[in-house]
Amino acid sequence: MNNYMAETITEIERLAGLAREIRRDILEMIYRTKSPHIGSSFSMVELLIVLYFKILSIEPGKSTHPNRDRFLLSKGHGCPALYAVLAKRGFLSKEELNKFAVDGSILGQHPNRNLKQGIEITAGSLGHGLSQANGMALAAKYDQAKYRIFVFLGDGELNEGSVWEAALFASHHQLDNLVAIIDRNRLQALGKESEILNLEPLAEKWRSFNWAVKEIDGHNFAEIMAAFSKIPLEKGKPTCIIAQTIKGKGVSFMENNPLWHDKYPDEAEYQKAKQELS
Amino acid sequence: MRKIFFQKLAELAKQDKKIFLLVADLGVKFFDNFKKIDSKRFLNVGVAETNMVGTAAGLAMSGKNVYCYSIIPFLVMRAFEQIRLDICFNNLNVKLLGSGGGLVYGAEGVTHHAIEDIAIMRSLPNMTIVCPGDIKEAELLAKESVNYSGPLYIRFGRDFDASVYQKEIDFKIGKGIVVKEGKDICLITMGAMLSITKQALDLLKQDNLEPTLISLHTIKPLDINLLRECAKKYKAIFTIEDHNIIGGLGSAVAEVLAENNYQGKFKRLGINDEYCPIAGKPEFLLKHYGLDAIGIAQTIKNS
Repeated sequence: MNNYMAETITEIERLAGLAREIRRDILEMIYRTKSPHIGSSFSMVELLIVLYFKILSIEPGKSTHPNRDRFLLSKGHGCPALYAVLAKRGFLSKEELNKFAVDGSILGQHPNRNLKQGIEITAGSLGHGLSQANGMALAAKYDQAKYRIFVFLGDGELNEGSVWEAALFASHHQLDNLVAIIDRNRLQALGKESEILNLEPLAEKWRSFNWAVKEIDGHNFAEIMAAFSKIPLEKGKPTCIIAQTIKGKGVSFMENNPLWHDKYPDEAEYQKAKQELS
Repeated sequence: MRKIFFQKLAELAKQDKKIFLLVADLGVKFFDNFKKIDSKRFLNVGVAETNMVGTAAGLAMSGKNVYCYSIIPFLVMRAFEQIRLDICFNNLNVKLLGSGGGLVYGAEGVTHHAIEDIAIMRSLPNMTIVCPGDIKEAELLAKESVNYSGPLYIRFGRDFDASVYQKEIDFKIGKGIVVKEGKDICLITMGAMLSITKQALDLLKQDNLEPTLISLHTIKPLDINLLRECAKKYKAIFTIEDHNIIGGLGSAVAEVLAENNYQGKFKRLGINDEYCPIAGKPEFLLKHYGLDAIGIAQTIKNS
């Protein structure tokens, strides 16, 4: 084993440890406030960690810098994961994070735009993020600025027609500074997507909309880092990363179970989940 | 109205490179000037209004001053949730330009009519609503709008070639204009109803009635001071709008009058809570609803 490989392995172990910490934070937030969407948050963790700790050109305290990379969470219901990562990355204080979804908090169960805390858009109604990303990408192109726009969508969100209007626009205008990440966990609020509204063949759909598409394992750090390091995938085309993920990832009894879209853990489930994430 | 507005906007965009204009594949004859100035800041986004409004939000969040144009039902109603969440909640610098206020697209049918838009837009926090009364107001509004910060809805009504004003006017968003000072009766109009109501004044004069005529171009925020003055001065107040009488100009004025203990006569002229099932030119349809000069004069005389 050479030094480079050894370093990579150590780094991946470090990130895996961070993922466990973030999942524990999310579990605490959700258990304490009886909030929904623990499964939707758990499927995003590795992707967010790579973006916030490896890829995005951003800095706490400079969260309004005009040339920062933009991260837009379009599947707003996954915000417990975003808040936990923003807190780890220094955009949110631990104290603010602890107020998640309590009376008077600025951190609700769906996020409001709040640049100071690193939250770029208001989300929670699905199908809004990609269009806003289009506007930002267009502005960057017009200004000849180098920043990039990453927008994170749920796969259930792709049911919304507005996503496809926006997808047409992005490729037509050759927004290769735009990256759409799809959290492909194959479950939506009431069950399996294949039974509710089939999205397959999904990669072909995006390719036929003239996007450059890459499919990855959304829990594999090496694959995620490799994919995000090659943006744009093709010059002149927006990039779509379809990340195969597991809803509820990290806690055995939550994985791939649609119940955990809305359900919050009871005391026994909380203890068991905590143990699995330690 | 639109012609002069977009002409002026193009001139302003020449100086101000922050101005972007997005259109949803409509309004072919209005944009040549703007395109000549900077084709990169003019985007025909296609027949996709929700994406247009969301994209406008993204541009505005990146420091741009964005105008979006389409026919009112498609702009206001199709893209409503984007207007509510992306634009109004975030209080962004996006101007929504709606064409066809009231029954302008008369013969094109109910798909193109716009009689609910003001009621809808009034309910949005942060939204400002302006219905320019004539070409002069539209021209001055173009300039005002560029420097206006926050969401703004501009409702274009029927085009009349001539201005109702003989001299220069002081046009400010949020300030109504007393077009003609009269006595006893006050007629409050918005948008193109200004020109038609001005014609009604000539008919009323034959019956020795000389009402005051007000262009209340800004429906939100309302010019409360002007309305309080009207409540003190006039025995009768009429509102005249090419919109449903529920939720539009009349409702807005009634709220202020009621809260200021107005004791005089008050009546709303407008479309009486019904969809227009027939085709016809705008002047035909307005007459059908008693909103032509003769109809307006008659209602006022009979009240």
